[in-house]
Amino acid sequence: MKFILMMTGTKSDYDQYAKWSKEDLQRNVAFMRAFSKELKDSGVFVSTEGLAWPSEAKLVRSGKDGEPVTDGIFPESKEFLAGYWIIDVESPEQAYRIAARASAAPGAGGKPGGMPIEVRQVLHGHADLGL
Amino acid sequence: MADSLDLPIEHLLRELAPQVLIPVARRFRDFAAAEDAVQEALIAAATQWPRDGVPDNPRAWLIQVAARRMADHIRSEIGRRHREQVAAEEAERLALPFEGSTENDEDDTLVLLFMCCHPALTPASAIALTLRAVGGLTTAEIANAFLVPEATMAQRISRAKQNIKDSGIPFQLPTTEDRVQRLRAVLHVLYLIFNEGYASSAGPRLRRADLSDEAIRLTRNVYDRQPHDTEVAGLLALMLLTDARRAARTGSHGELIPLAQQNRALWDRQQIAEGIAILSKALPKGSLGQYQLQAAIAAVHDEAVHVEDTDWPQILALYELLKRMSDNPMIVLNHAIAAAMVHGPRKGLELLGALDADTRLTERHRLEAVRAHLLEMAGDHGTAITHYRIAASRATSMPERNYLMMQAARLGELRSTDQ
Repeated sequence: MKFILMMTGTKSDYDQYAKWSKEDLQRNVAFMRAFSKELKDSGVFVSTEGLAWPSEAKLVRSGKDGEPVTDGIFPESKEFLAGYWIIDVESPEQAYRIAARASAAPGAGGKPGGMPIEVRQVLHGHADLGL
Repeated sequence: MADSLDLPIEHLLRELAPQVLIPVARRFRDFAAAEDAVQEALIAAATQWPRDGVPDNPRAWLIQVAARRMADHIRSEIGRRHREQVAAEEAERLALPFEGSTENDEDDTLVLLFMCCHPALTPASAIALTLRAVGGLTTAEIANAFLVPEATMAQRISRAKQNIKDSGIPFQLPTTEDRVQRLRAVLHVLYLIFNEGYASSAGPRLRRADLSDEAIRLTRNVYDRQPHDTEVAGLLALMLLTDARRAARTGSHGELIPLAQQNRALWDRQQIAEGIAILSKALPKGSLGQYQLQAAIAAVHDEAVHVEDTDWPQILALYELLKRMSDNPMIVLNHAIAAAMVHGPRKGLELLGALDADTRLTERHRLEAVRAHLLEMAGDHGTAITHYRIAASRATSMPERNYLMMQAARLGELRSTDQ
């Protein structure tokens, strides 16, 4: 069964992240690299992507004639998706264990960051979004 | 599958792809269907040859298999149209004798490139079609290189072929007056393929070596056929001189290493020598173009054994020439860096101002990264940190973002120890 593990952050999380020390950044990058390798080595990895910074994010709706109407102003409390992993595992519990590992990624000062990771099951079959 | 024994076959198939496609497309006068048939023949060869051995005349084998696929295709077309009572014309086509090529084999690859790189196609379509029809790569390989699903890439290729059909692009060399311009379009597509491989902005891997290799191989093919065109030579030299730094450009974990910090012992000296030789032959011919100038700049960097040896006044002079030839914002950006190295960071920062309102500069993070670097050179570390962070927030690849965040952090620590 497939699960998506989503890492999110608010604007203030991003602002904090931008101020991390060199060691903090290096530790975090090294952890993420090892984590990805671990997922691949254990045969559960499906895909992972990191997203661009949310400062340029736009909220798009269709206008009167279907043309895009964009809005870029978000409340401070809004959670932005920072990146995700999709894994293929035997049980939800296995997915939770892996999510907990991701959440323990080192943060400022090298302590486990405790970032919340949202875990959602990915539905079977091809999502028919007209693709 | 990636058995090293099979590698020569893979290379042979890539070399043969255009030489097979041309006669089949000419005979059946249907480029789109012929291209599909050749792709099937290549896939058949890739599975059969490693098992049964390479046939005595591999090209003839491929043409025969592809022609058989074409015949099947046409028969089913006839069957379909027969029900519509219009079969005669198609049957006639099947009986046509093998159409003699008006050009020689040498030019065939060019004909194909002119077609696949036609200005009527979007760059993404032209790239995909060129890699498949001229490069002989499978759809799966191309999809893999561009990190998109195979079905997406297959669709992109078939749309490109439909576009060619709809625009009525003839399957022949362009007229003499069109030729120069059309050759520029071909070179541009090859340049984009190289860049895609060299400085990928998609995904964690900074370079996808296969695409760069393929771009170099295809450009070399054009150079062999047009050795007197100085811009073809310029582009090939530029690719070789840039690609020569490949091994030094990324660290063991795929992190970006800027030119100034690269271990120059890792540069490929043989490739640099080849690039310089090609460029040196082209330059005295007198028709200076953008690729030659860019190659000349790459050569100046490559010739510096240590970063301190870099001949910045010469690089600045070359950028002055380039700027006169094109108002491309990336050239303005690089010109500002060279000016800073010669006349000091303040001069560079002043020149960057011209880019603030330039909406054509799509990679905004580059501008901020350069600004941050020049501010650091000027000793204004506080403002430099701000701009490194802005650059990081706009970065379009993970290695670039990590690199820029690291620069901000490094400078932050330097500041706190200074104080």
